Amino acid sequence: MSEGLALSRAAAARPRSVTSEGRAVRWLLTGIAILFLALFLVLPLLTVFAQALSRGWAAYFEAFHEPDAQAAIRLTLTVAAISVPFNLVFGVAAAWAIAKFEFPGKSVLITLIDLPFSVSPVVSGMIYVLVFGSQGLFGAFFIEHGIQIIFAVPGIVLATIFVTFPFIARELIPLMQEQGTAEEEAALTLGASGWHAFRTVTLPNIRWGLLYSVLLCNARAMGEFGAVSVVSGHIRGLTNTLPLHVEILYNEYNFVGAFAVASLLAGLALVTLVIKSVLEWRYAGDLAAGARH
Amino acid sequence: MVATPQRRFLFRRPSVIPGFGLTFGYALTCLSLIVLLPLAALVAKASGLGLDGIWEVARDPRVASALRISFGVSLAAALTASVFGFVVAWVLTRYRFPGRKVVDAAVDLPFALPTAVAGIALASLYAPNGLIGAQLAKVGIQAAYTPLGIFIAMVFIGLPFAVRTVQPLIAEIDKEVEEASATLGATRGMTLVRVVLPPLVPAVLTGFALAFARGVGEYGSIIFIAGNLPYVSEIAPLLIVIKLSEFDYAGAAAIATIMLGISFLTLLAINLIQAWSRRRFGYV
Amino acid sequence: MLHDFHLDVRAGELLGLLGPSGSGKTTLLRIIAGLDFPDRGRVLFGGDDATGLPVQQRAVGFVFQHYALFKHMSVADNIAYGLNARKRSERPGRAEIRRRVGDLLDLIKLSGFADRYPSQLSGGQRQRIALARALAVEPRVLLLDEPFGALDAQVRKDLRRWLREIHDRTGQTTIFVTHDQDEALELSDRVAVLDKGRLEQVGTPDEVQDRPASATVLKFLGDSIELEALAEGGRVLVDGRPTPVAAPRGVIGPTRLHVRPWQLQFVEPAEAHLTGTVRASHRSQGRQRIEVERPDGRLVVVEDFDGERYAAGRPVGLRINGGYVFAG
Repeated sequence: MSEGLALSRAAAARPRSVTSEGRAVRWLLTGIAILFLALFLVLPLLTVFAQALSRGWAAYFEAFHEPDAQAAIRLTLTVAAISVPFNLVFGVAAAWAIAKFEFPGKSVLITLIDLPFSVSPVVSGMIYVLVFGSQGLFGAFFIEHGIQIIFAVPGIVLATIFVTFPFIARELIPLMQEQGTAEEEAALTLGASGWHAFRTVTLPNIRWGLLYSVLLCNARAMGEFGAVSVVSGHIRGLTNTLPLHVEILYNEYNFVGAFAVASLLAGLALVTLVIKSVLEWRYAGDLAAGARH
Repeated sequence: MVATPQRRFLFRRPSVIPGFGLTFGYALTCLSLIVLLPLAALVAKASGLGLDGIWEVARDPRVASALRISFGVSLAAALTASVFGFVVAWVLTRYRFPGRKVVDAAVDLPFALPTAVAGIALASLYAPNGLIGAQLAKVGIQAAYTPLGIFIAMVFIGLPFAVRTVQPLIAEIDKEVEEASATLGATRGMTLVRVVLPPLVPAVLTGFALAFARGVGEYGSIIFIAGNLPYVSEIAPLLIVIKLSEFDYAGAAAIATIMLGISFLTLLAINLIQAWSRRRFGYV
Repeated sequence: MLHDFHLDVRAGELLGLLGPSGSGKTTLLRIIAGLDFPDRGRVLFGGDDATGLPVQQRAVGFVFQHYALFKHMSVADNIAYGLNARKRSERPGRAEIRRRVGDLLDLIKLSGFADRYPSQLSGGQRQRIALARALAVEPRVLLLDEPFGALDAQVRKDLRRWLREIHDRTGQTTIFVTHDQDEALELSDRVAVLDKGRLEQVGTPDEVQDRPASATVLKFLGDSIELEALAEGGRVLVDGRPTPVAAPRGVIGPTRLHVRPWQLQFVEPAEAHLTGTVRASHRSQGRQRIEVERPDGRLVVVEDFDGERYAAGRPVGLRINGGYVFAG
């Protein structure tokens, strides 16, 4: 027996790659996937804009002229402006302690930081009611001192901080663990102070991961519904965030108004998604691998 | 001669990098005040009720039916999301087609879209006079204001979990393994069933569990489409909200405890699956 | 990218495909297996055209560089995979499969390992399992892609000898790919040297070493220096002095002479082809390598037995005892 390999002019029929399915199967699966995503994801998104504009642009913009709507926009921005920086500082501090040092119980700490992700939004709001509500743990104390937390802005901020608590820490911890401590140690041997090393070495290394996680944190902070709904009390013009305002308008059958306000949030989601995708494509190496939600 | 210093207990391994005390202390304080203390309040409330108290609440027909709906529908939705999520993940990692990156980015839409927005959009789509609802009505199916509506919303929010947990593993499959299977005479179908799929099972199960847990706890995207009829389409999180608005903190805490307990079991199951997979095959 | 060539593999031989990375040797192996496809050309197995045959029907045994074992299957299931994949009518019975797996485990000396999983094995053991898995289907030709590439030096050496033994015992026609000259020269019945997609030479290890077909082959098989020379009257001259090297037919006038380090000998400067001063010398395993700097500043490396020491700065002469000149 002899195995020969001869290359001659005769063109050979090219069989398909052995690690792929046949063309028909490929088309079928691709078709199913795209149809499914279009039906379940894209169509609802388009509906928001279609419904918002169903009575024309004038009706659309009218929804934002309402004082209640403007109050809701202001409150949503305020809540995000407090909760995002809070979680930013927490996230960086937690990531620094966890990623740059070795100590026992580290994985327990990470699990606890992750905890809010596995708690139902409604329960997230409810636990604050149990602490600060009129019948809550410290309720009597706060009422005595005239401080209202539940059914007021502080409660909304707290609930928002809770649901977005893990976002930034969770992105930064694996990222900084991967980067190790060599660069900081090099900076210290060159005479930099700890703060200087952090500013000039650590921060530039994590900037894309930081931006990425702040973006996602902000989107969730502005869009949170369940947790905020429980602690807000739905007082128009005072404790209504944008998502809650959407609910009220919808339940009043003011569909154009509801979808107009919703389109604002959907726009925010789209912008978030686009920037997030761009960051993932361009700076994939500077983001924590696998931490995509 | 070198003097051996007496070994003394150190909480952390010595390091030249500064700031441990400050950052660790700050992080722990935040964690305690924001997360642990309020959750402890829930545990305190629940333990005040005792197992009997919780059982009493769970036996209430309305509560029992809400829990049944939440868990049952979420199970079905997570199953659906896992199946289609796998197809989506496979197509996105294995095939090249125009617009692939956009489709890939769109998978995260349910993460980014506020739940209330998704909720009213789904409700208006599947309402009897909605774009899809009207078509379904023609064949006698009512989606909105029934458990089917809850199912649709849960598939929507569960899908990214199902896709994103298996996607990186599909990308990591060693093509050599598939080639090895082919050189040994296996057809493509056989290769998929015997060689490609089995190692992905733990990831699929993890994605399923995450989607399931998320579905059980979900509120915003469901309540608009569910119709919220007691005993028919009322979900457990909504019942918590109702109990809270009636200042029935104990009842709310009992339902929350049951939900947290089952979520906890789900997460435990995920960890066991992953530990088993790591031990057996050396990967997650 | 592969250029046009013809390669005949003889039944029962162990052929080494040798070449630097990117030379196309793995591509060639994958084309033979049916994992990649040539733009044109044919693959013949004993006269049958296999070009259009899908990989599943080619009956090749392929051992992958990183083994490609099925991690979720036991060792026995891995080895039996190819037999279980057959159509029911052609599949051996369960007892028969178990017996064949047992025989193969004996052959690779891993008899007690049937129920282990790949993650519980060492690299060398995985490599042997991969080989047994490929042999189980009784392939017409066994193909190995850098079979020892991922192993450490000692395991490599052991496995090399072991593979040769297995081959001698089974008489299995085998082609393996390597970028390691020692490995190719030690293991193969014949070596095929590839470079930049071209087949440079096919021959026994002695043939390719004694009569390299091109400068590329020569350089790839070991260290050499290149000297300006003159071909005249069938002889090759360096610096006006004749060397023992015969000029190939058709080579006349200025040419290049390639010399191995051990083809240079220290002599009195008066009778030398080359002169220079010693710059440094290193001893290793009973031999020494001496760097000689020539008057024009270029370095020549000489290999010698570890006898007389050569101090830096010493003027020396070198005689050329052999070398290679290539036409064209």
